[in-house]
Amino acid sequence: MSARTFRVWRGDAEGGDFAEFDVEVNEGEVVLDVVHRIQAEQAPDLAVRWNCKAGKCGSCSAEVNGRPRLMCMTRMNVFEEDEPVTITPLRTFPVVRDLVTDVSFNYEKSRRMPAFAPPKDLRPGEYRMQQVDVERSQEFRKCIECFLCQNTCHVVRDHDENKPEFAGPRLFIRAAELDMHPLDARSDRREWAQDDQGLGYCNITKCCSDVCPENIKITDNAIIPMKERVAGERYDPLVWLGRKIFRKDKAPKSE
Amino acid sequence: MSDNTINDVEHLACDVLVIGAGGAGLRAAVEARLAGKSVIVISKSLFGKAHTVMAEGGAAAAMGNANANDNWQVHFRDTMRGGKFLNNYRMAELHAQEAPARIWELETYGALFDRTADGRISQRNFGGHEYPRLAHVGDRTGLELIRTLQQKLVSLQQDDEAAGEPESKLQVIDETTITELFTDGGAVKGAFGYRRSTGRFMAIAAPAIVLATGGIGRSFKVTSNSWEYTGDGHALALRAGARLINMEFIQFHPTGMVWPPSVRGILVTESVRGDGGVLKNANGERFMFDYIPEVFKAQYADNPEEADRWYTDPDANRRPPELLPRDEVARAINSEVKAGRGTEHGGVYLDIASRRSADYIKSRLPSMHHQFKELADVDITAAPMEVGPTCHYIMGGIEVEADTAASAVPGLYAAGEVSGGMHGSNRLGGNSLSDLLVFGKRAGEYAAAHAAAAEPPKLADEEIETAIQNALRPFGNDGENPYELQNALQAVNGRLVGIIRKADELEEALTELAALRPRIENVTAVGGRAYNPGWHLALDLRNMYLCSVTTAMAALERDESRGGHTREDAPGMNPEWRKTNLVVSLEEGAGEVRLTRQPVPQMPPELLDLFDPTELSKYMTPEEYRRDSPAGTPSAGTGPADTDSTEAEEA
Repeated sequence: MSARTFRVWRGDAEGGDFAEFDVEVNEGEVVLDVVHRIQAEQAPDLAVRWNCKAGKCGSCSAEVNGRPRLMCMTRMNVFEEDEPVTITPLRTFPVVRDLVTDVSFNYEKSRRMPAFAPPKDLRPGEYRMQQVDVERSQEFRKCIECFLCQNTCHVVRDHDENKPEFAGPRLFIRAAELDMHPLDARSDRREWAQDDQGLGYCNITKCCSDVCPENIKITDNAIIPMKERVAGERYDPLVWLGRKIFRKDKAPKSE
Repeated sequence: MSDNTINDVEHLACDVLVIGAGGAGLRAAVEARLAGKSVIVISKSLFGKAHTVMAEGGAAAAMGNANANDNWQVHFRDTMRGGKFLNNYRMAELHAQEAPARIWELETYGALFDRTADGRISQRNFGGHEYPRLAHVGDRTGLELIRTLQQKLVSLQQDDEAAGEPESKLQVIDETTITELFTDGGAVKGAFGYRRSTGRFMAIAAPAIVLATGGIGRSFKVTSNSWEYTGDGHALALRAGARLINMEFIQFHPTGMVWPPSVRGILVTESVRGDGGVLKNANGERFMFDYIPEVFKAQYADNPEEADRWYTDPDANRRPPELLPRDEVARAINSEVKAGRGTEHGGVYLDIASRRSADYIKSRLPSMHHQFKELADVDITAAPMEVGPTCHYIMGGIEVEADTAASAVPGLYAAGEVSGGMHGSNRLGGNSLSDLLVFGKRAGEYAAAHAAAAEPPKLADEEIETAIQNALRPFGNDGENPYELQNALQAVNGRLVGIIRKADELEEALTELAALRPRIENVTAVGGRAYNPGWHLALDLRNMYLCSVTTAMAALERDESRGGHTREDAPGMNPEWRKTNLVVSLEEGAGEVRLTRQPVPQMPPELLDLFDPTELSKYMTPEEYRRDSPAGTPSAGTGPADTDSTEAEEA
């Protein structure tokens, strides 16, 4: 057991400041445990989101000493003994209160994402897929929607003006997941990512992959393959000519 | 509270109101919307974070992909055995019959389950299931389920949008807690709650309401459950006039993490044992062979050699005892630790490292590997895990009609963990995800049908005003901090109403709970209304209290040991008790909890015939299972019966 200083940002959309708490820390604890202790003993109205406390639900995202992290998976022993711990809310999203931000941006973007299109000729129970084929999409379905990738992406982190055009890494892996789904009946997932999600804004700095608590290779396995294939089709002269002749317009948004 | 609109109540209306956005709630919402009804889903957390995401192992459905001998009758048998024959047989029957269709349907929504070599849905072994039966995605099946249903809801919203329908046809309202249900003439007509982010109140008029709020685990300190699990639906239903059954049966999952203290209780999936892991005590002994109860001797191996052969040749060998139903394994671990053969931190070892290759472990159990590495510095491919029982699930819940999921209150339906009866005295692993799909769908379907025949209800200003006063009360109180009171409540339950119980301790628990009641009524919230977790907990506490009282009362009344209820002073199952459900309701007026007894619905002959009479004789009195006996004739038994045989009054 040791005593530590926690600096926690407190405030709302109008503004706020850091509050300092001296708090005890026990062996094996994570940052969220200490935040809960502050809540129970010193600041009962301290606003923080959490659910599972096991890295499975993606609720307790915040920035700890400047790094986007899940508080439930950040062990106290990653900090030096005398290092103060500073917690701030996710910077990319508007503050609701204290450590809670308004993440509705992400839900609005997923509302625009065309849904899985089931194959027309298969009834329930008739789906057949090979494990090796489903694994590519399964990697992206590990996503716990903590939105740390969205938060860290410099396209929107300090650029609210890009938000209308840019869906962000979370939605790029959703597009890639459906693109690679063995039975998805649509064939325009990549084009949609390029034209409607703003895939072109991404210049593959891999910050999203760095902060992903599920270690999803967002850039390498989703973004780059989609960019390459879009580029391959768009800028290959023969494909370009074919598109001109057969007018492959954007497909309707959903069925 | 500078915002002037904070005191304006937001008024909404819909055909079907779904309270809870886990698997059962979302599946109900899909069904009600497909039936053409307008639907509002209330989510206590953000959309997609519900406790269903924590489910690891899989969803049980007799698809027969891994073993062609499997079918609904075998699944039904396993479920009844797991529940020690206290289950509502009709729910268990519907569940076993419909689970495969509910799983296949998820594939049409985009779910990607792990596959067999021939491309079908892979199925894994789990405790109490005779054949490999659990559809799964590694060990994150719950996440797949919730995401799939979440995406299905979004696709229905997109369909509405494309058809020019307003968003209000299917609306998800997140981070909102319901504190009251409104009734009129005994039927539900709406609900009241607050948005967590602003503290603004909301009144929703709806002729049909589906409760899908999950369980009560936060009333225990060592639990696998999230903060949301405060028994809201159980308490709302009681206050609206519904009855709860089987509240004494709480499942302590045998394998929760025990070290470090901050992670105590976090779930370690049963798949570790299904995939070859074994339990050992501090002396390195594989102790489960010493704990095979008489009723399971025919199905479980009594020696390590046979148990190990079972993984490759399940038809010629009996199952390893590590895969006994959860109540048996939890009690065994408890006994080992009590006998002084526990680990340094008060658990036992769960070892898969010495039995399977590192690659196998990482591919089958990726999130366990990750969880132990990140939270406990343990590499489970190289070292054993330390585990012990953790409060996981309540079998008890709202008494419902099996086919329709309807409670005794007209218009009020319940599905998933908040409902009771399906699992009897003990739930098998994997039967929860399938339960919430099967009965979520049914609840949505019948709630929609009820709404179609109902008039749009009106809410009165006075009842809304009373609900506002109740919700704001903690700000005016001068009592204790809600976190202290929650600790006190958890301490009582953990110490006196835990995995092993005794009459005198349960009496003590009721006394201590009664002493907590005025303190909880006087709980104090400080600060403003916007996103104030202290206030939220203050309001949740009264639900936790009410559920705790019902559990302690029923546990005291049932002087036998069965499934998730173990009485040290009354060991063993009593066939007379098997015929009896304990039912709780609230007295009109004073709101005291009343406990009554009523018969368990009797299985009809065609279902009894699925069992060997020798097996039935271990659970039942001869006249119940002997076909030549007139007492063996079945009753209809699908709905709540109105029989009181005794009454026990308790504050």
